[in-house]
Amino acid sequence: MSRSPYLSSAPSVSVIMVKVMLALIPAIAAYVWVYGAGILITLALASTTALAAEALMLKLRNRPIKPFLMDGSALLTAWLLALSLPPLAPWWLVVVGTLFAIVIAKHLYGGLGYNPFNPAMVGYAVLLISFPVIMTHWPAPLELAQAQLSFAEQYQFIFGASLPSGVQVDAVSMATPLDYLKTQLTLHHQVQDITTASQFGTFGAKGGELVVWAYLLGGLYLLQQRLITWHLPTAFLGALALMAGAFYLVDANHFASPVFHLFTGASMLGAFFIITDPVSGPTTPKGKLIFAIGIAVLTYLIRVYGGYPDGVAFSVLLMNMCVPLIDAWTQPRVFGHSK
Amino acid sequence: MNALLNIVHQVKNSFGLSTNNTVRGGVHPAEHKQESTTLVIGSLPVPKRLVLPLRQHVGHLPKVLVTVGQHVLKGQLLAEAEGNISAAIHAPTSGVVVAIQDALIPHPSGLPDQCIVLESDGQDTWGERVASDWRHLDQSALLMALRNSGIVGLGGAAFPTQIKLRTNSKVQIKTLVVNAAECEPYITCDDMLMRERAADILKGVEIAQYLLGAEECLIGIEDNKPEAAEAMRQACANSPVKNLQVVVVPTQYPSGDARQLIRLLTGMEVPNDKRSTDVGVQCFNVATLLALHRYFDFGEPSLSRIVTMTGNVRKPRNYEVLFGTPVTDLIAAAGGALDQTDDYIMGGPMMGFSLPSVDVPITKAANCIIASSPQLFAPPPPAMPCIRCARCADVCPVSLQPQELYWFSKSSNLEKARDYKLFDCIECGCCTYACPSNIPLVQYYRFAKSEIIAQDRAKEAADLARERNEFRLMRIEREKQERAQKHAQKAVGAQTEAAKEAPAVSANPEADAAKKAAIAAAIERAKAQKAAAAPQNVEKVEPAVQAEIEKIDARRDAAKQAVQAQLFESDPQDNK
Repeated sequence: MSRSPYLSSAPSVSVIMVKVMLALIPAIAAYVWVYGAGILITLALASTTALAAEALMLKLRNRPIKPFLMDGSALLTAWLLALSLPPLAPWWLVVVGTLFAIVIAKHLYGGLGYNPFNPAMVGYAVLLISFPVIMTHWPAPLELAQAQLSFAEQYQFIFGASLPSGVQVDAVSMATPLDYLKTQLTLHHQVQDITTASQFGTFGAKGGELVVWAYLLGGLYLLQQRLITWHLPTAFLGALALMAGAFYLVDANHFASPVFHLFTGASMLGAFFIITDPVSGPTTPKGKLIFAIGIAVLTYLIRVYGGYPDGVAFSVLLMNMCVPLIDAWTQPRVFGHSK
Repeated sequence: MNALLNIVHQVKNSFGLSTNNTVRGGVHPAEHKQESTTLVIGSLPVPKRLVLPLRQHVGHLPKVLVTVGQHVLKGQLLAEAEGNISAAIHAPTSGVVVAIQDALIPHPSGLPDQCIVLESDGQDTWGERVASDWRHLDQSALLMALRNSGIVGLGGAAFPTQIKLRTNSKVQIKTLVVNAAECEPYITCDDMLMRERAADILKGVEIAQYLLGAEECLIGIEDNKPEAAEAMRQACANSPVKNLQVVVVPTQYPSGDARQLIRLLTGMEVPNDKRSTDVGVQCFNVATLLALHRYFDFGEPSLSRIVTMTGNVRKPRNYEVLFGTPVTDLIAAAGGALDQTDDYIMGGPMMGFSLPSVDVPITKAANCIIASSPQLFAPPPPAMPCIRCARCADVCPVSLQPQELYWFSKSSNLEKARDYKLFDCIECGCCTYACPSNIPLVQYYRFAKSEIIAQDRAKEAADLARERNEFRLMRIEREKQERAQKHAQKAVGAQTEAAKEAPAVSANPEADAAKKAAIAAAIERAKAQKAAAAPQNVEKVEPAVQAEIEKIDARRDAAKQAVQAQLFESDPQDNK
């Protein structure tokens, strides 16, 4: 008899997911501008795979297909994974990563709302560990590439791994700034000299930094729409900047500037779109700060001392593990209780 | 007292509450208050038949004083308060008691309960009304008088007012908080009451302040009721009472929750295990204060209240309604329900409940009736899984973690739910309101709370039963030991006795012989009896079988004798 409250104001889960995807549109546009339209193929491929896998898993698990397919969560996972992959990644890489994210990281743990790990990052981490060479093979921005591929040629490359005759892989791809910095530092070069290389831009990567600005723009939209709270991005970016700043102040020859760290790799994508995944993250305000700071510290350590150029994915997964503990430890004071 | 003040002070300081005048969390749904505030408070004709549930308040059922067929006058006591927490019921009009029986009452359970049914005689004749000169009576006399005033909290909680006015001797009440926030959407009964009867409300404030000994009075009104606030300000200016202050608070549900309002107005957070009176604050709704004034200054007990009739009706409006009036009368007065009305909600849309029938009566707790339609309150879409977005936590006014409580309630992890302060949940519904997955969170919490309470009761009962059983076993064991001890003592006693009596036995051979003869005679008698009772159909048995039977009989006799002999031997008395 009592179903109060009779009112509801919340946007549905699908509206939330659609708005997050909307926030990714500027970044996708920037991608197309910088790397060519090939990213659209990757996105389409990941989306189709994700929806098919989602539908299949729902059917196998005897869950209603339509409401869960319409919630948009699988699509969002696919987009986030696609945007983390090298823009001209071969088709099977996209498919394998997406399948892993949806089937194993999401549905085998109980589907929407039950996955302890960020599905997109699980997919990414699996690909990075399994296929490290391809995963670190980023295409050069169009303005730097010695040979420019048309959309049809990019399509050819993704599905057939074939380049137009006379074009070498090296002509269209180059090491990312984070990767380049790491290898050059091991060769005892100094940061100031390394960053004069062509792939370095004003803030981060040449071309790539435009995408980073677009992520920031999308992130501000999410904040304005109250789809995320300030805690996670602020704590993550702040902690990353502080950490990088401290090392940079001590030895600017061997450690890149905090601005560089904020504007390269997956920092900005992570700050607003990855670590803000509510399902696998903490829920308390204090918990969110701890979680984000943890990711920032781990990311920096992996970038500087670890075996991989970037560390956002691993840091997120490591901190995902700590979420139950963080949540339990950071319960806010309840009204009327002294603690 | 000092320790308590210290705690309050610490709480205040550590959270900077003295400067904080907004509800933490909370929501602001569309208000829908204009619809029912365009017309002045209306009145209804006296209904022909009034149904007065005995349970209109929190606490014990009152004791019925009238009998079926009895004629009663308006204001006459029908049932008196019984027990510590209880409230009286009066006749809202003159007429005849036609039944005392179970009838449907406005309650979420939809179950019938005991009611007095009154048929109006159309005269509306008042019984005796005695105004009391409360300024010259002492507090205990006034409180005694209040016991049968029938006044309960009219904000919706329906807690007997006399209990709340009984001051705790330990802490002096400093502040009277007047709850005029009326934070739920749609409800406007307090708003209209303040606009029209502000001066009368302040007379009630005067009485409450006198009874409590409160030195100041803060009147909290949400900023969406400027007319009411202005009327109250005017009345305050004209009132002889000092230290009255109208405080306008931001419109944010649930600012009308007593503890929330107290924090908004005084900056004090009432500790979860204490009452507001423990920090020197008492809180009353405006309508309750008006009822106090009517009772003491005119001798009128609690017979009616203002009810907002709104939602999907032709003319939404506030009415002064006699308790016991069927909801149908109210709907008819408001011009009838519009098309597609499919439900009636008592209370606001955030905490109200659907009425089991429109024939239920208006009770003391009924502040608002909303005619509902799918357009007004769409049935919620199917619930999706929780995505832990924590919007519920953001809006929870008591800083709970609703998503965790949901998880624990759903998995029946009740101990955990209790650890996460489930019982601090005020069921305001903000979490459900804000949930993108449309999860009926409050229902889960109600379920978990009732489960925990039931478990606690069962555990208590089981503990009691175990205790009793343990006691029983202990008692049996003790009795056994006592018996054994008694036997042992007896044995020792008999031995010494026997030693003493031994010469006497041998000196009395006649008695011994007589005893033996008596035993022999008894055995003879038994044998004769057995022969008489021998099976009748043995005449025609064959000789071999007969012999077999005799053999068996002989064996049985021998065994019996052996047993008897053994018995005699084992009896220490006859041993020697």
